[in-house]
Amino acid sequence: MLIFTLRRLSLFVFTMLLLTMLSFSLSFLFPGDAVINLSGAINVTPAQLIELKARYHTDSNIIWQYIIYLKHIISGDLGLSMASQSVISHEIMNLLPATIELSLVALFIAMFIGIPLGFIAAIRHNKLSDNIILSVSMIGYSIPVFWLGLLAILIFSINLGWFPSAGQISLLFEIELVTGIQFIDILLSDSPYKWQAFRDATAHIVLPAFVIAIAPTTIFIRLSRTSMIEVLQTSYIRAASAKGLSFKQIIFRHAIRNALIKIIRHVGLQFASLVTIAMVTEVIFSWPGIGRWLIVSIAQRDYTAIQNGLLVLSCFIFVVHILTDFIYAALNPLARDKKYGT
Amino acid sequence: MNCLNSFISAILLIALLTACDDNSRLSLNQRSVIYCSEGSPDTFNPQLVTSGTTIDATSKQLYNKLIAYQGDENNLVPALAKSWHVTRDGKKVTFYLRKNVSFHQTDYFTPTRHFNADDVLFSFNRIIDHEHPFHLTSGGHYPFFQNIEFDSLIKKIEKINDYTIRFHLTRADNNFLANLATDFAVILSAQYAEKLNKNQQKQNIDIHPIGTGPFKLKEYRVGSLIRFYHHKAYWQGSAKIEQLVFDITSSNTGRLTKLLAKECDISSYPIAHNKITQRSDLTLESVTALNVGYFGFNTTQAPFNNILVRQAMAFAINKQVLLDTVYQGQAELAKSILPETSWAYDKTSKEQAFNLDKAKTLLAQAGYPDGFTMDLWAMPVQRPYNPNAITMAKLIQADLKKININVDIVSYEWNTFLHRLAQGEHQSFLLGWSADHPDPDNFFTPMLSCAASHIGSNRTFWCNQDYDDIIHKALETNNIEQRKQLYTQANAILNKELPLIPIAHSKRYQARGNNIVGKTMGPFGGISFYQVKKSPLTIAVKDETVQNKTKTKKVN
Repeated sequence: MLIFTLRRLSLFVFTMLLLTMLSFSLSFLFPGDAVINLSGAINVTPAQLIELKARYHTDSNIIWQYIIYLKHIISGDLGLSMASQSVISHEIMNLLPATIELSLVALFIAMFIGIPLGFIAAIRHNKLSDNIILSVSMIGYSIPVFWLGLLAILIFSINLGWFPSAGQISLLFEIELVTGIQFIDILLSDSPYKWQAFRDATAHIVLPAFVIAIAPTTIFIRLSRTSMIEVLQTSYIRAASAKGLSFKQIIFRHAIRNALIKIIRHVGLQFASLVTIAMVTEVIFSWPGIGRWLIVSIAQRDYTAIQNGLLVLSCFIFVVHILTDFIYAALNPLARDKKYGT
Repeated sequence: MNCLNSFISAILLIALLTACDDNSRLSLNQRSVIYCSEGSPDTFNPQLVTSGTTIDATSKQLYNKLIAYQGDENNLVPALAKSWHVTRDGKKVTFYLRKNVSFHQTDYFTPTRHFNADDVLFSFNRIIDHEHPFHLTSGGHYPFFQNIEFDSLIKKIEKINDYTIRFHLTRADNNFLANLATDFAVILSAQYAEKLNKNQQKQNIDIHPIGTGPFKLKEYRVGSLIRFYHHKAYWQGSAKIEQLVFDITSSNTGRLTKLLAKECDISSYPIAHNKITQRSDLTLESVTALNVGYFGFNTTQAPFNNILVRQAMAFAINKQVLLDTVYQGQAELAKSILPETSWAYDKTSKEQAFNLDKAKTLLAQAGYPDGFTMDLWAMPVQRPYNPNAITMAKLIQADLKKININVDIVSYEWNTFLHRLAQGEHQSFLLGWSADHPDPDNFFTPMLSCAASHIGSNRTFWCNQDYDDIIHKALETNNIEQRKQLYTQANAILNKELPLIPIAHSKRYQARGNNIVGKTMGPFGGISFYQVKKSPLTIAVKDETVQNKTKTKKVN
């Protein structure tokens, strides 16, 4: 397990180095002065510019500049937003939790719907229900998210009036920002309307979370179907069945556990595409997350925000990836080290 | 199985917990109103701006003025001053102030005294006294007061006692009271300013406001929301709602969606009027704002120095088509430069007839039987009085073609447009005027007086001595009937001389749920939420009546 951990950590470090290098080079590739792109300070006086250049060591060679840039990032200095002149690290810390919250809820929805459906399809392999599940998931996978989001607002917000169309919570509730994750903040708050706020926040998250969940759900359906079919064809299942175990016992005690392990590996991979979908969905549902902020920054040509937003977002996705790898390794001894497995 | 049991009980528990306070949920929603506004305010002090968005968010919510406008006739009524007195020569105006008016108590300030003359002194001295410690805080620009030359008008403001204050004016000006009743002339707290001055936080006076108005500021997140709480000790009685939230939604479709999905109770400047009127649970309301969009002529240049040509133009333009196309029916046809809601409006004014034959005859009389070619300057931006000047110019072009006049449409970037217009490079132009206060003088003097033609806000360069004498006389008297008569005379001169053709008085629109009652909009100035409240039953009742109607139809 130690070797496994070290291997992952070194991978993390090298990937982060590559990412920061890319982000650093972006400041030269974007139009304008590299120092201004890095710091985001657009309205500086000549004197301030000289000071800024000294801080980023622009006179030294490019490698030294890069190291200084890394120092800035590690100390949490991500510069100022060119559009609003606010501190980027603060903005990100306020916005990222909202995106994490939305993505996690969507991921759980996708897992809770997708995996059981996939198992059902595998168990009823090549029967009508299998075909129906597969074709519905194919349709779900093909629907573009921006269209689905607008359709969901039209049907469920405007026509039926079941769910709100925008934001994280009704503006009537005053919830103090502590963790940034709305549900936790609500539970921590001492508002007399705590439970109403909780219910209101739940109503707000339903539509965007389901819209995001559609595509990953269909992927989970297909993954779990394949993995279940594989497991069902293994010899230990046949042995269990030969021993006289009932079908229920075989599925619940033996097949599901083994099939799940294979799926968990893919959760991390799916998370990356899920965050991408979440970015578009945040714009549609005015969700105050980092995706919407990043897209607005792109529209405003806010280079500093684009650079650092991308850096933080990819770093976050990578951390999730590694975490799922750890979970997978903890659950499946085979993955930790090949020599114990074969 | 155990797992399943505990799962089910957990779900039941959550359902129970969330359902238990249904009543208080109703009441929080009941006691609050969400307004979808079109933009963020620049500041929380209306003295510093003329922008409508800022005035909407601040003036009538947070502050009071000494005197205010009321009713359809826009009469001046007491506000923070319970009465006032103007000397015979009009040069001394004394206000007797209301007692027991309390300022907002907020997280950042707790007042220890009631409103008195010091607050009035502070609020106006800040504007007129260039040495005042707060004059330069937030930039030192007071655009409305600079436009009316407030600092040269006021000789001094004298505190007679704690509840009496006297303004000494350098000249008689019967617009003085009207100007004090605008949304810009708000009263700030001197005690709060003193505290800020002591703590070296002077700039906070315009960021964390303290006023006497029906609402106090609770929270402001730039570009996202403004939260107001009601001011419990408000001198006219507490507002009917406890919380007022401005949901800042700059996208037009975003505001429409939130309105349709019931996420806002009231929406500013709605689009898709048909969609809103179709819904039985929403209301589209409008007021005719005090403004005028017009087609003006440079009366110093040929051919428009000829009065016959200007009259011919008036006969040749089909105003109704302009109204239907450009304003999409959202405006009233202008019969004079004054909107019908003004007290000085001459009810006998007639609509300008559309008559091509008459236009041709007049042109022939003027010496242009074969027509001519002219330039028409159309402004490049959307304004409340003219949402699309270029389209309007094209329609006018088509109209004038019928009397053999070729029109070249000219347009520049907005600032260049105004600059070159002031230089008099144009032949004819499309522009408009929005009033700052309801006094009719605010239309007659800045748009068409001789003085205005020299400093550039009268772009027709028309100067008529009779007209000028009349509008000056109208300013010297306080007799409303006499003034009304004088403005009718002035209007008659305009109708004959036609330096410009008034086209439309456009409306201001707002949409709201049927459960929201209480007036918010007026013909000028900002909106007010003081009278707004929510009634929960309206929707149900309305549904019932609709059903009843359908039933009766079937029976028939």
